[in-house]
Amino acid sequence: MREIDAEEITRNIKEMCIRANYFLSPDMQRAFERAADTESSPLGKRILEQLKENLKIAGTDQIPICQDTGMAVVFIRLGQDVHIAGGSLREAVNEGVRQGYTEGYLRKSVVADPLERKNTGDNTPAVLHVEITDGDSVEITVAPKGFGSENMSRIFMLKPADGIEGVKESVIAAVRDAGPNACPPVVVGVGIGGTFEKCALMAKHTLTRSPDERSEIPYVRELEEELLDKINHLGIGPGGLGGRITALAVNIETYPTHIAGLPVAVNMCCHVNRHIHRVI
Amino acid sequence: MEREIHAPMSKEEAASLRAGDSVYITGTVYTARDAAHGRMREALDRGEELPFDPEGNVIYYMGPSPAREGRPIGSAGPTTASRMDKYTPMLLDRGLRAMIGKGRRNSQVKEAMVRNGAVYLAAVGGAGALLSKCIVSSEVIAYDDLGTEAIRKLQVERFPAIVVIDSLGGDLYDRVYGGASALE
Ligand code: SF4
Repeated sequence: MREIDAEEITRNIKEMCIRANYFLSPDMQRAFERAADTESSPLGKRILEQLKENLKIAGTDQIPICQDTGMAVVFIRLGQDVHIAGGSLREAVNEGVRQGYTEGYLRKSVVADPLERKNTGDNTPAVLHVEITDGDSVEITVAPKGFGSENMSRIFMLKPADGIEGVKESVIAAVRDAGPNACPPVVVGVGIGGTFEKCALMAKHTLTRSPDERSEIPYVRELEEELLDKINHLGIGPGGLGGRITALAVNIETYPTHIAGLPVAVNMCCHVNRHIHRVI
Repeated sequence: MEREIHAPMSKEEAASLRAGDSVYITGTVYTARDAAHGRMREALDRGEELPFDPEGNVIYYMGPSPAREGRPIGSAGPTTASRMDKYTPMLLDRGLRAMIGKGRRNSQVKEAMVRNGAVYLAAVGGAGALLSKCIVSSEVIAYDDLGTEAIRKLQVERFPAIVVIDSLGGDLYDRVYGGASALE
């Protein structure tokens, strides 16, 4: 049994919240470069150049890339041979979010109750997804999620007869309806299969994958590429002001499902697709 | 076309703008988002004054991240305007001249804009660090308890935006990729 101090979890979560909001991962930065090179609309190109400049300013001036520094979504893969000492895992994570959002000058965007709507003042609680795995390490992914794009996300409970064409139509409909609201160029996370909640979770999780990395399943990879191409013919463009680059990537995860169903979830993410990964 | 425009904005200046124009705004704008709009509606329902007179003024749909010491503001990009659609006609009918945000507006807002000669501008969503550079000062003038959602009075200098809906109802989003969205 390996012991990991709850404080170590807190320290890491704090640093990850801050870092994720000031710097995008190098793969997202490369995706911006490629987008700016391929965009044909002059206004679209100008917006992509502004977004590159925005990233530079965020890093040098230590100011969040976007003022919506998100609700902190945290994925933890906890090895079953790990014992968290000196506190609960959930409290350690929330304390990390609290410290990160306060000390890192990040916006507090969380209300304690969805209808009473009083701000919690420290961006807690996080949305925490824990999975128990083999081994004695803790894998943490922090993905602060903005709600301009979150609000445009959709779930479709398709019938098996709708098949792959139904999946394509659903994803395209979600991106088209999101239009300018999701802050394009977007990254589109798609979950196919499982149950109602499982497909939503896959759609969220797959947003933390690099935009350069394609699925290992051949037909899924083809679907990702085909959908990206179709989306980039919708004409929405950077900022939703017209152009070619509407999406930077389409990431799909799949899971076995029931004989009667074909759930599809589409989690929209803006170009500020923040995700940071550490293994303790 | 690229234009330098002013806030507060005259009726004539608003009328001269067309969907698709690139503009740089200099002057005073007020921030308000969901919660502040809710409070303004309540104030009007109670027959009270608004924290600022909408006549000729510009609202920026924005809730900043906290400012570091010595800086006027944190990251400061636009939020989705359609969440304010429900409250917008009441402000337009009181003279609100322009709004800055991102995303589509519904038909009630467009009608109220045409009726009152107002314009809707988009700033680049997700460029909050860049846009913060155009904000020279910021002061909370109402609803301090709302934190980031308080109403702030900002001085902006050459703040870049694109005219999306003009005072004749021309809509750049419709023009570039057509059709109604699910919001309509
Ligand atoms: S959708 Fe993303 S880029 Fe747009 S305002 Fe929200 S967090 Fe920022």
